[in-house]
Amino acid sequence: MVQIIIYISLGLMLTGIIFSTLRFVFGPTAADRTVALDTLTTISMAALVLLALVYKRYIYIDIALVYGVLGFIGVLVIARYLEGAL
Amino acid sequence: MNHILEIIGLVLLLIGGTFLFLGGLGILRMPDTYNRLQTGTKATTLGGMSVILGVGFLEPDWLIKTLVLVIFIALSNPISSHALARANYKRKNYPYLKGGKEYDKYREVYQKEEEEETA
Amino acid sequence: MEKTQTPSRTASFILAWLILFLTWLMFTSTFATQEVVTGLITSLLIALFTSRFFTCCNLSIFSPVKLLYLIEYLFVFLWALIVANLDVARRVISPKLPINPGIVKFKTKLTTDFSKMVLANSITLTPGTISVDIIDDTYYIHWIDVKSLDPEEAKKDIADKFERILLKIF
Repeated sequence: MVQIIIYISLGLMLTGIIFSTLRFVFGPTAADRTVALDTLTTISMAALVLLALVYKRYIYIDIALVYGVLGFIGVLVIARYLEGAL
Repeated sequence: MNHILEIIGLVLLLIGGTFLFLGGLGILRMPDTYNRLQTGTKATTLGGMSVILGVGFLEPDWLIKTLVLVIFIALSNPISSHALARANYKRKNYPYLKGGKEYDKYREVYQKEEEEETA
Repeated sequence: MEKTQTPSRTASFILAWLILFLTWLMFTSTFATQEVVTGLITSLLIALFTSRFFTCCNLSIFSPVKLLYLIEYLFVFLWALIVANLDVARRVISPKLPINPGIVKFKTKLTTDFSKMVLANSITLTPGTISVDIIDDTYYIHWIDVKSLDPEEAKKDIADKFERILLKIF
């Protein structure tokens, strides 16, 4: 039961990742691609934490945290660059 | 007690997965960058928060660490979406408007600069 | 931009130390002696260098009345977040995309920079709105389904329930 629900949840997340990857590929402007990247970061963080539960690896949570911080800083830097302030 | 925590965790996992899926779908379907930001930010914030909290409920030893992640997501996601929206407007990508030009009140801030440039 | 009230250096130092130490405790999630001592020293050192960035609030934030308002704010915010997500779900799923986007503006009564930031972040996570820019005390909000272009009515719909509480906290 627990296994089935975890796999359903992972499947839903994977579909979300596929959709935002499509937007990342097709997005007409740079800002659209960055929005897709931001969404991808958050979904990947959630997926990493869920994988930590599946594999019983505590360290994956730390990896998710570092990944989130780096993604956040990356999006901010890209936004500053798009503004023309960098 | 453990049983109740497990059920709460599983329900949170399902809710979170659904909202992450909806976030991806919204990013694909919406007509312009601002509306994509709307669905992308809101749906992934609640979705990510509830998936991570659900893992915390399923494995109570990790609850505090997952709370750190939840707080981090709640603080960082709106900031990045705000930065992206402003950057996008400064690049002169004006929003998709159904009702005509008077629906965009932000335009007047940049109108002056544009007039000076053309003059 | 001028600030109406800047907290004293000691207040912001104590707040910075407390916040950093709490973050350390949550990261390590243990009460072993060597971890706690290391955390105290490290957060003290970092707070010494960065306390001038912690200009969020005075020490009066710890008074019980304000803490109660903080908890009320948390619940109002969580409820708004859930409503916002159901709203987004409805718009994304329905095949005709019921949207009528636009950018509206309104003025706020908040004075400190930090409370304006909190209000902007809350607006971003509530139904159908993201904040695009803040210039002095004017908010520019992208609204997915514009109900009114009038600043007063837009504010009543978007921000009043948060601003009422924030005015009492900060």
